[in-house]
Amino acid sequence: MPHRRPRQGQVIDGFVLGTPLHEGGMASIFEVSHPDHAIPLLMKLPHLDGNDAGHIVSFEMEQMILPRLTGPHVPGFVAAQGFEAPNPYLVMERIPGRSLLARLRELPLPVEEVAAIGAKVALALAAIHRQRVSHLDLKPANILFRETPDGLRGDAVLVDFGLSHHGRLPDLIAEEFRIPYGSAPYMSPGQAMGRRDDPRSDLFSLGVVMYQLVTGHLPFGEPLHLAAVRRRLWRDPHPPRRLRPEIPPWMQEIILRCLEVEPARRHLSAAQLAFELSNPETIRLTPRAARMRRDGWLTVLERRVNRDRSTGPRRQPAPTAHSAPIVVVAVDLREQTTPLAEALRASVGNVLRTLPGARVACLNVLLDGYLTGDAPHDEAGRSARVQRLAELRHWAAPLGLEEGRITFHVLEGSSAAEPLLEYAEANGVDHVVMGARANSMLRSMLGSVSGEVAARAPCSVTVVRPREGAA
Amino acid sequence: MGQAAARPVPVLAPSAATRQHAPAMIAFLSDIHGNREALSACLDHADRAGATRFVFLGDYVGYGADPAWCLRTVMARMADGAVAILGNHDQAVFARGNRMTGRAAAAIDWTRAQLSPDAAAFLQTLPLEHAEEDRLYVHADASSPEDWRYVLGAEEARRSLEATPARVTICGHVHVPRLFGLTATDKCTAFAPAHDTPVPLQRPRRWLAVMGSVGQPRDGDPAACYGLLNPGTAELRWMRVPYDVEAAAAKIRRAGLPGSLADRLFTGS
Repeated sequence: MPHRRPRQGQVIDGFVLGTPLHEGGMASIFEVSHPDHAIPLLMKLPHLDGNDAGHIVSFEMEQMILPRLTGPHVPGFVAAQGFEAPNPYLVMERIPGRSLLARLRELPLPVEEVAAIGAKVALALAAIHRQRVSHLDLKPANILFRETPDGLRGDAVLVDFGLSHHGRLPDLIAEEFRIPYGSAPYMSPGQAMGRRDDPRSDLFSLGVVMYQLVTGHLPFGEPLHLAAVRRRLWRDPHPPRRLRPEIPPWMQEIILRCLEVEPARRHLSAAQLAFELSNPETIRLTPRAARMRRDGWLTVLERRVNRDRSTGPRRQPAPTAHSAPIVVVAVDLREQTTPLAEALRASVGNVLRTLPGARVACLNVLLDGYLTGDAPHDEAGRSARVQRLAELRHWAAPLGLEEGRITFHVLEGSSAAEPLLEYAEANGVDHVVMGARANSMLRSMLGSVSGEVAARAPCSVTVVRPREGAA
Repeated sequence: MGQAAARPVPVLAPSAATRQHAPAMIAFLSDIHGNREALSACLDHADRAGATRFVFLGDYVGYGADPAWCLRTVMARMADGAVAILGNHDQAVFARGNRMTGRAAAAIDWTRAQLSPDAAAFLQTLPLEHAEEDRLYVHADASSPEDWRYVLGAEEARRSLEATPARVTICGHVHVPRLFGLTATDKCTAFAPAHDTPVPLQRPRRWLAVMGSVGQPRDGDPAACYGLLNPGTAELRWMRVPYDVEAAAAKIRRAGLPGSLADRLFTGS
């Protein structure tokens, strides 16, 4: 049945079609307006002609998943109409600006910028993973950024959930197709083997994106058929530093960890990856960081033979924010009594014992008023920071955590609560552990920091208070 | 499929739709099996969740110790407009052709003695299926409801779906929640629904939803199971409701019914 393509000026359910934004193989995308909606909108209309079931199913999938996603890291869902209507469509918030695709002409990008982009995308992935969605088609064209009020690059926004997987909804893509769907250069080895239920696939794809941004090359090229895609199961890419020696070892460490074939060897969660990208000084370097060449042919052959005998990466449940959380412990070194310091350590120790995937960020806030100079970068400020870091390490030493699981940070601010809250928001923190202020006179004068943090934090907060007389 | 297509209405974001007024929900309760505690917990839950229409998918009796109470409750809900259809255990109460075996037979013999003539007569009035809008309600495989065949996998689901014009079929009988979908490309797929997660029954797919059991769950979760459909958005949820298993099990023992019928309630097996 011949079907008319939508055109500018057409009105569908009150949405007026404006400028065509994209005419792809699977769908047309138009800017649209509607009297009830003030925000910029776009409408995606799947092509109804053609025989490929793929674009029909991916449209159904996006129609199922997008309305269930919330937060700044996805375009807001507005309306949808299914295939029972003459014009099926999906209307969502339009994110102004161009996708990361536009930056590919400027490669390679500076390392700092790649780390900043990578951290933002990793936080966006953490946000959708928390909502049980794996994107599974992460690539520069599907990454946009919101603009901050001062015109800077704000939160990353992920678009196109047509190939995504929702942990609690039927997977229409898996049901329909035996061959994996996705974008060949960015697809994880597990996905190439047909696995669609592991959010760590997105970490691999982000690794490919960062590799591309920082070296100007795709780590696995642009394979044209599935057998060539599966080569990445045994053939490792050139280490980024071989292509661009000025890339720091920590950046290579992060990228090659993302590109591990075995999902369990990648970062435990997108939030932990974001954390490393924002705190490169805390990264524990492994032999990955120093590699200057690919594995020899014998190693590769061995891997290939072993792969051919197995069915792909081993199957283990993927860690979640619940099993691999980022735990912040706010240590107030000024008021810390010994019983409180111990109670706080015991509380953090319990979390770490039950959740081996957890990582801890030890925070202390240096109040502006504490320094007479008020200039955080002068001599007094620097030595105050160094002193605080030493005190944090001293506090944490009895926990006996290896490097890489615990990091130390001194924040600055005019109040204690504000920097803690900002830190928790910016780093995808899952749990804050902090002590109650013991001195009731101070508390009544200054208010309760823990109370304010507990009320406003984007995550769980445990307030630790030792019992009277505890020693 | 022969369905008169209703005028399509755009689906708004679920949050926006529910903020304005809670939608009228349809509750589906299957395989109650004389478990009073489970049934009343589910009905309370459904009332609180905003269910305004009740559909009972059969097997009100058998296994449990309160068949008379359960039937009275269903009859009372029917007086308020609920729909009830016949299950194989209900049929076994009055039909000579329907032969149960083992524990099920022992339970039916016991049940028959518990029911008033009214209740037994009520069972004989129940239909094998009920259709409304684009939905069909039936206890077992809709391709031949009177044969009480289980819909266990995609192939049985396909047989059931292909036998009727309904876009959505809702059944019970298996005591294990499942959702089967027949795609535009004629593939039939199976899905194990997570509890309390709305699954959109999107067009143009056709769907067969197997409710879990209210009174005798067999999927390893002892909590009672029932379904909630939002007909406006075509979203279906499988709800799990904890109830007083000890009381239900103690009554089964006191009634002299097989002890294994009490034991299995604790494990949902």
